[in-house]
Amino acid sequence: MTTVSTQKDDRQIMSGRFARILRRPEVGAAVAALLIFTYFSSTTTAFLSTAGVSTWLYSSSLFGVLAVAGALLMIGGEFDLSVGAMTGTTGLIVGIMTTEYGTNIWLSIILALIFALSIGAANAYISMKTGVPSFIVTLAALFILQGANLAITKLLTGTVSIQGMSDVTGYDSAKAIFGSTLNFGGMDIKISIVWWLAVTVVASWVLLRTRTGNWIFGVGGAFTSARQVGIPVVKVRMGLFMATSAAGWLVGMLQLFGVSTVQATTGLGQEFSYVICAVVGGCLLTGGYGSAIGAAVGALIYGMTLQGIVFAQWDNNWLKLFLGVLLLLAVLVNLYVRRRAGDRS
Amino acid sequence: MTEILSVTNVGKSYGTVLAIRGISAEVIAGEVLCILGDNGAGKSTLIKILSGVHAPSEGTMKVNGVETILSSPRDALDAGIATVYQDLAVVPLMPVWRNFFLGSELRKGFGIFKRLDTTAMRTIAKQQLAEMGISLRDVEQPIGTLSGGERQAVAIARAVYFGAKAIILDEPTSALGVKQASVVLKYIAKARDSGLGVVFITHNPNHAYPVGDKFLLLKLGASIGYFDKSELTIEKMTKLMAGADEMSTLATELERKPGSRPSRKSEKE
Ligand SMILES: Nc1ncnc2c1ncn2[C@@H]1O[C@H](COP(=O)(O)OP(=O)(O)OP(=O)(O)O)[C@@H](O)[C@H]1O
Ligand SMILES: [Mg+2]
Repeated sequence: MTTVSTQKDDRQIMSGRFARILRRPEVGAAVAALLIFTYFSSTTTAFLSTAGVSTWLYSSSLFGVLAVAGALLMIGGEFDLSVGAMTGTTGLIVGIMTTEYGTNIWLSIILALIFALSIGAANAYISMKTGVPSFIVTLAALFILQGANLAITKLLTGTVSIQGMSDVTGYDSAKAIFGSTLNFGGMDIKISIVWWLAVTVVASWVLLRTRTGNWIFGVGGAFTSARQVGIPVVKVRMGLFMATSAAGWLVGMLQLFGVSTVQATTGLGQEFSYVICAVVGGCLLTGGYGSAIGAAVGALIYGMTLQGIVFAQWDNNWLKLFLGVLLLLAVLVNLYVRRRAGDRS
Repeated sequence: MTEILSVTNVGKSYGTVLAIRGISAEVIAGEVLCILGDNGAGKSTLIKILSGVHAPSEGTMKVNGVETILSSPRDALDAGIATVYQDLAVVPLMPVWRNFFLGSELRKGFGIFKRLDTTAMRTIAKQQLAEMGISLRDVEQPIGTLSGGERQAVAIARAVYFGAKAIILDEPTSALGVKQASVVLKYIAKARDSGLGVVFITHNPNHAYPVGDKFLLLKLGASIGYFDKSELTIEKMTKLMAGADEMSTLATELERKPGSRPSRKSEKE
């Protein structure tokens, strides 16, 4: 007979571990990261200095937390453009409540988290209930948050940035968790880098080793099929939106306690940066495919390039050009992978 | 001869549209019930009743001999009735083994460390597929890389593994080539031989006749016959389905009128 013969099937050209590694979504990003690392470390001296490394790692970590959470959401078939503005909103909530109204710092932090989670839930609810693409719903949320960040901050404080954070009671306890600096062998490691690694490990574990992860791939890869096999599709997507917003809150706190101040313009122009990181890391824009580690590597590329360009003393407009080219390449590679590795339907 | 599922005089209307009426049939363990009919005859409507998607508007339904109304696909699954939909409910970019267990994952560990039992899932998927006669190169490959027939087989194997007593296949061969379709027919026979009741929907008598035990022919929402294989030949079935007189009118319509063929030669001259 045709395909059911039991004789050895020799149609598989490459087999074993090597093929399996090449098939992983994060491979392309890892190669690109290595090239960029090599380039900047050989052309600038600052890039490999301890101060240099801790600078680009810090930069990467802030993008990284968002990119990893955003990657999970994208694998689940949805977008959240508002999460960059959310980092500003949550920082401003804590900043204004503590400095203007003397609210307890931890209470403010918790309230900011609750706010973020409810915006995430609202994004999910509106896009799922109405069927309007989440791209549009969260674009609206982005404008609402950005506008509110500026207008409300000005209204309440008369300025566009928060001053005097470090004098707030309990500031040190929050700074220890979100803004401290650890020292490893003479190198300053901002604690946000630890958060970034932790988020990546947890996200990767959830995605590949838990039932929830299987469901995320299912919901993003084939929504109706996922529903037919009994996956609670609405719950899965709701959870993803809320987790992404929570990541926005975490980055908001990392920024606020990292530099002890927050600008009302935080996140402006960063709407797509985490989407770029996730796509460069191997996520498909159409959902159902991607990796948390890949997104973390995508963020590493972003951070290294951002700081590398500064070290090399180039005009920093090159960053956008470079990212645009990288994004285009990544999308083409991903498309190729998708054609090769799978989708005949 | 154990009856798994039966309907008596069921009908279903969608608002003012009467999609099917007065249909009776039974699904018996180890037998294949074929449902045939033209487009719009009501085949999908009937299986939606059998699989719990719609409740019938009239008539009765028995599951394992007990009168029941299935109110959701979950109910049907719990009663051992699995449906393999036309789109197969698979996620193309996911590995075969993950698809096999999608929605019913095996887990180990406790509390927040509860995790997928990936080793067991891979092994079982491979083994179950081998039992269906599909030897996969690699259960790690995305299911989208399998052929249409192989994907059908995975869906059938999945239903069998998760304890289905009856499986309903909605036009599993309609999108397939001759070879692939015959492969799927073999899997249907295999499922039947392992004691399952199979409901096989198709509009191709050539696919239905070889594997079927009972045949329900539908036309415009009503039954035009419920036959045992012994009462039917493939010619008779084809005739019934097409409507003998309709076929002969069609034949006359399609026949070339004398002299209607454009002659290239004459054009050239
Ligand atoms: N949800 C619905 N609302 C209204 N009418 C419907 C609905 N579903 C089916 N019908 C009607 O019921 C009739 C039977 O449809 P059904 O889908 O059962 O046919 P079928 O035999 O499966 O056809 P096909 O071979 O094309 O799949 C058709 O006339 C169809 O228009
Ligand atoms: Mg149909």
